[in-house]
Amino acid sequence: MRAAVANRPDFRVLPLVTDHNRHFWTGGEHGELRFLRCTVCRHWIHPPQPICPACLGRTLAVEAASGRARVATFTVNHQRWIPGFEPPYLVAIVELPEQPGLRLTTNLVNCDVEDARIDMPVRVVFEQRDDVWIPLFEPDGAA
Amino acid sequence: MSERGAAISGIGQSAVGRRLGRDPVDLTLDAALAAIADAGLDRRDIDGLASYPGGWFGPRGFSGPSIPELQDMLRLDLSWFAGGPEAPGQLGSVIDAIAAVACGYANHVLCYRTVWESTAQGGGGRPGIGTAGGGGGSGFRASSIMEWTLPFGAASAAVWIALFAKRHMHEYGTTREQLAQIALNARRNAGRNPKAVYRDPMTLDDYLAARMISTPFCLYDCDVPVDGATAVVVSRADRARDLRKPRLRVEAVGTALRGRPSWDQFDDLTTMAMRDAGAMLWQRTDLRPRDVDVAELYDGFSFLAMSWLEALGFCGKGESGPFVAGGTRIALDGELPLNTHGGQLSAGRLHGYGFLHEACVQLWREGGDRQVAGDPKVAVAAAGGGPLGGCLLLVRD
Repeated sequence: MRAAVANRPDFRVLPLVTDHNRHFWTGGEHGELRFLRCTVCRHWIHPPQPICPACLGRTLAVEAASGRARVATFTVNHQRWIPGFEPPYLVAIVELPEQPGLRLTTNLVNCDVEDARIDMPVRVVFEQRDDVWIPLFEPDGAA
Repeated sequence: MSERGAAISGIGQSAVGRRLGRDPVDLTLDAALAAIADAGLDRRDIDGLASYPGGWFGPRGFSGPSIPELQDMLRLDLSWFAGGPEAPGQLGSVIDAIAAVACGYANHVLCYRTVWESTAQGGGGRPGIGTAGGGGGSGFRASSIMEWTLPFGAASAAVWIALFAKRHMHEYGTTREQLAQIALNARRNAGRNPKAVYRDPMTLDDYLAARMISTPFCLYDCDVPVDGATAVVVSRADRARDLRKPRLRVEAVGTALRGRPSWDQFDDLTTMAMRDAGAMLWQRTDLRPRDVDVAELYDGFSFLAMSWLEALGFCGKGESGPFVAGGTRIALDGELPLNTHGGQLSAGRLHGYGFLHEACVQLWREGGDRQVAGDPKVAVAAAGGGPLGGCLLLVRD
């Protein structure tokens, strides 16, 4: 197996977990990439908000996405912005197949920086830290 | 009533440089008093104030004195004032002032922007946004937009915009050599601007040899933090007619943002808010891109100037790479002189206001060694990246 690029940096800034985003940041405990979804029109919602931006429905439910995605774009970061999060590492925007434009900024892991490609199929993996499961993405060999 | 009821009547700028060690209040006063004098006005004529992003906002060094502070120091009697970060880019504050004078709320609005990021950063490197220089075990937790970026080490607009540049390269075949032309052009022009901070000649080899920040951006794709304050006086067009200098009429503005106001959820990952602001500008005037004599377009990162070229219709969508290739078209003596002062890449990160200042310098033919030839009458100034974008078209009668 090749060396992971961003597999467990010494330090990550963690998100502030609230009642509004807990489903997203803790879904990894159950291996699930979770979003809010409108129970009326089935629109996926990200980041979390209390109203469906498509139909203005106010009844939303947490639902797991497949965890699969494609790399919409990526960058190899070489600058040390955060002590303990040492470069180089891959930052990507991935788009989920569940809905056009449903995207996450994330890290590509288990992928050499030279091997990252736009449109590459990837799948979610979670990195736990304290009370948070960070969704990262690795190449999806099965896709 | 429209933006044509407004004009720029004066400009001012403090000293600009790396680690000046000056009080940002002093820098602001230098710029403000210079702009008022440049317009041929007295402080008693100033009845409006506008600023971005509001007083002492954001990380240390990102902004200077508040509107109430400046009002009180100069004992101004104000009919109208506004300041804050929620605006269509850094020039949104100027565009607010344009609306205010066109509407008759005020006659002469002093608009200003102060940065002292270089002194604030001292000898250290440029910190990530929202990290407050912290790290390892500080207990800090990210919220708001940083919640979705900081956990992934995407702690700078360099990373966020690099993602767009990469997608642009993927879709349109844009190259690093083309991106480089924005930086090389800026450096060439900075060599003719005594106030620019980086004036030494730069070659394509220098550019390609520079260390990478976040691919495809190398060091020279990223602007340079400086200390400095810039001010402009926005006047009612009728009140600006008989002042010290020929008025620079506001022909059109662009402020639109039609996609999601987000760095990673915007509908098109090859452009940003400037797409909508640029389109709006041309909907508000009969002038066309070919009428523009000089373009001062935000280059906080090189790719943003490319995006503005496309957004403002100087070339087609995706065609900014070939447009700037070789650098002759955007040179001082080219068909569209771009960032004639050196931009933020080489003249320094005055954060949006520097472009408006330079557009006025050129229209008043005060550019000295960097003055474009002929008799430039139409200039565009644009600022912002990501969900921030605002632009102005100025005309000297």
